[in-house]
Amino acid sequence: MLLSINDLHASIADKEILKGVHLEVNKGEVHAIMGPNGTGKSTLASVIAGREVFEVTHGEITYQGKNLLKMAVEERAREGIFLGFQYPVEIPGVSITNFMRTAVNEIRKYKGLDPLSGIDFMRLMEEKKKLVEITSNLTNRSVNEGFSGGEKKKNEIFQMAMLEPTLAILDETDSGLDIDALRIVANGVNKLRRPDNAFVVITHYQRLLDYIVPDFVHVLFEGRIVKSGGKELALELEEKGYDWIKKAQE
Amino acid sequence: MESTNLSPITLSRLVSLYETHRQQLVACDTPRLAGLRDRAFQSFASLGFPDTKQEGWRHTDLKESLARLYDYPLDPLKETDIQKVFQCNIPHLDTAILGQLNGWYVSRDVPLMELGNGMIMGSLSEARKKYPELVEKYYGRAADDTTDAFTALNTAFVRDGVFVYVPAGVKSPRPVQMINVIHHKSNLLIQSRNLIILGENARLSLVHCDDSYNHQGSFSNIVTEIFAGENAFLDHYKLQNLNNNSTLISSTFFRLDKAAGLESHYISLNGGLLRNNIRVVFDGTHGRADLFGLYLMDKKQHVDNQIYVDHAFPECTSTEVFKGILDENARGVFNGHVLVRRNAVKTDARQSNKNMLLTDSARVNSKPFLEIYNDDVKCSHGSSVGQLDSMAMFYLRQRGISEESARMLLMFAFANEVVAKIAIPELRGRIEDMVKKRLQGELQICEQCVLHCSTPEKNINQ
Repeated sequence: MLLSINDLHASIADKEILKGVHLEVNKGEVHAIMGPNGTGKSTLASVIAGREVFEVTHGEITYQGKNLLKMAVEERAREGIFLGFQYPVEIPGVSITNFMRTAVNEIRKYKGLDPLSGIDFMRLMEEKKKLVEITSNLTNRSVNEGFSGGEKKKNEIFQMAMLEPTLAILDETDSGLDIDALRIVANGVNKLRRPDNAFVVITHYQRLLDYIVPDFVHVLFEGRIVKSGGKELALELEEKGYDWIKKAQE
Repeated sequence: MESTNLSPITLSRLVSLYETHRQQLVACDTPRLAGLRDRAFQSFASLGFPDTKQEGWRHTDLKESLARLYDYPLDPLKETDIQKVFQCNIPHLDTAILGQLNGWYVSRDVPLMELGNGMIMGSLSEARKKYPELVEKYYGRAADDTTDAFTALNTAFVRDGVFVYVPAGVKSPRPVQMINVIHHKSNLLIQSRNLIILGENARLSLVHCDDSYNHQGSFSNIVTEIFAGENAFLDHYKLQNLNNNSTLISSTFFRLDKAAGLESHYISLNGGLLRNNIRVVFDGTHGRADLFGLYLMDKKQHVDNQIYVDHAFPECTSTEVFKGILDENARGVFNGHVLVRRNAVKTDARQSNKNMLLTDSARVNSKPFLEIYNDDVKCSHGSSVGQLDSMAMFYLRQRGISEESARMLLMFAFANEVVAKIAIPELRGRIEDMVKKRLQGELQICEQCVLHCSTPEKNINQ
C-alpha cells in the first residue's frame, strides 16, 4: 500500500471541510477524484501535501508505512509526494532553473546523493522540457510570472517530470486548458506512469479522463467519498451530472 | 594640529574647536572658500544638531551616536600602515582605486593623478591648490549649507576627500572606485568631502564604498557633490558595509544639466546607523535620474534613506525603487520627496518603496511624497510593508526545498530586483554574493567587498 487515508477530518478556521475520507492507493494505479465545486477536493490534496493552514482534527494518513501527518511539507515532497497546483504560484525574481536546481539537489541530498553537476542538470531540464513540449526559453523566466494558464499547467507537469515523484496529486490540472494544452499535459502524465508510482487526478470534468485513463474513480461530496468505481463511473457522472449523486445522498 | 581628546560630539565642542583652529582650517582656502566655511559654521552653530522634533529626523534619533566618545583629529593620523589596509583589489574588477583612510585621501604615489585623456582624480585638498578655478566653479554650489546642519558642519571643517574630474566628451575607460576605510584605535569623528565633476557628454562609473576595517566605532559625516554636464552620464554606486558601532551620515548632492543621466545604486549591507541624504536637482530639460536602493538590516541596525528630487525643468524623468529586508529589531526609514515645479511640464516621476519585515519587532516608516504644481505630469508613488508570501513558501517547500532555503530564495528574489540593475557585471556578481551571505547571516565585516581578496568571487547558481 502506497497511501492509506483513514477517516480523515480536516478544517480551516474551525470550518470542517473533510468529514471522514477513506482512500487507498497502490503503486501503479491512477485514481480520479471527482465531485462538484466546494466539496473538499482541493482541501484533500492540500492536506496530503501538508499545507499548514488546514488542521487535521481526526483520522490518519499512512504513506509508505509512515505517518504522513507527522512530516513537514518538504519532507513529504522529498519522500516522493508531488502536488500539481490548481493555481500555480507566481514567484517573481526566482528563475525556474534556480528553483528546480535547488529542489532537485535538496531531494538528492535527502536521499544521500551528490548534487547534480551544472551540465547534468541542464541536460535533465532539456530532456524534461520535451516531455511537455516546452520549446520556449520558459526556464530562464521567473517561476510562473506572466505565464498563460496553459504555460502554468505545463510548467507543473514539467516540474513533476524533473522530480519524479512516487505519488503525484494533480489538482484540477485541466482547468483553464484548451484542448491542445490538455492533450500535451495528459501525454506528459501518461509518459510518466510507471508500475512503481501512482497518480491521484482531481478533476471536475470527465474530459481529462479521456486522455488519462483512471483505474478508479471516486466521487467526493460534502467532505466524504460517497461513491467509488471503475473508469465507467466517470462516464456515468458525465451523463447524469452531479445532481444524481446529490439526490442519492438526500 | 594635534589630536583632540576623546569626547562626545556636541555643539559646544565643535564651536570651540572651530574657533581655536579657524586659522589653520582656512589656511589654504581662497577667499570664497574661507567665506563659505565661516558662513557654514555660523549656520551650523545656529541650527545645532537635529533632533526627532524635526520632520526629517522624526524617526532617526542620533542621541546615542553623538553621546559616544570620539577622537577628532584635524590632520591625518600617521600610525596606520596604509599598505596593509589597501593591500589588494577586488578580483576581476578593473577599477581606478581612490583610497581614503579615515576620510583622508591616501596616495600611493601622487596625491593627484592627471590622465592622458584629461581626467583628474585624487585628493580634493590637492585639487584646490592645483586647480583652484575648476574647484571654485563647482565646490559648494550643490551642497545645502543653510538648512542642513550636517552639511554645514562638513563645509566648516572640511580638510580633504576625493576629487574626480572627467572632461567634456571623455568616457572614463574604467570605473573609478572610491574606498573609504575607517581604521583607528579609538572611535573617530570623520568629515570628508568629495567633489565629482563630469563635463558635457562625459561618462563615468563611480563605485563609492564605505567600509570598516575592524569593530571600532566611528561617526562619519560625508558630503559629496556631483555635477553632471549636458548629456553626461553617471553610473553611481554607494556600497555600505560598516560595523554596528558606526554612524554614517552620507549626503550626496547631484546636479544634472540638460539631458544628463544618472543611475544610482545605494546598497546598504551593514552599519549601526546609516542615513543617506540623496538630493537630485535637474538643472536642465530632459534629464533622467534612476535611483535604486537596497537595505538589509538586522539586530538593532537603523537605516534611513531621505530622497529629494527637484524637477525644476520640464521633461525630466526620475525613478526611485528602494527595497529593504528588516530582521530582528532593525528599523528602516524611507522618505521620498519629489517636487514638480510649475514649469516642469511632462515630468515623469515614480517612487516605490517596498519592505519585508521578518520579525514582529522589526519596523519601517515609509513615506513617499509627491508635491506637484502642474497638471501635465505622470507621477506615481507606492509603498508596501509585508512578510514572506506564505503561499509561495508552501509552493517552494512542496518541491522539496527546505523552509530555510525557501526563505532565502524569496528574500533574494525580493532583493534581486535592485541588484539586477547593477550594470558592471563583476560588481553585480560580487554584490549578489554579498547579499546572499548577508541574508544567510554570514557576511563578516572583516570580509569586506573590496579589500580582501582572500574570498574570491563565487559563481552564483543562477
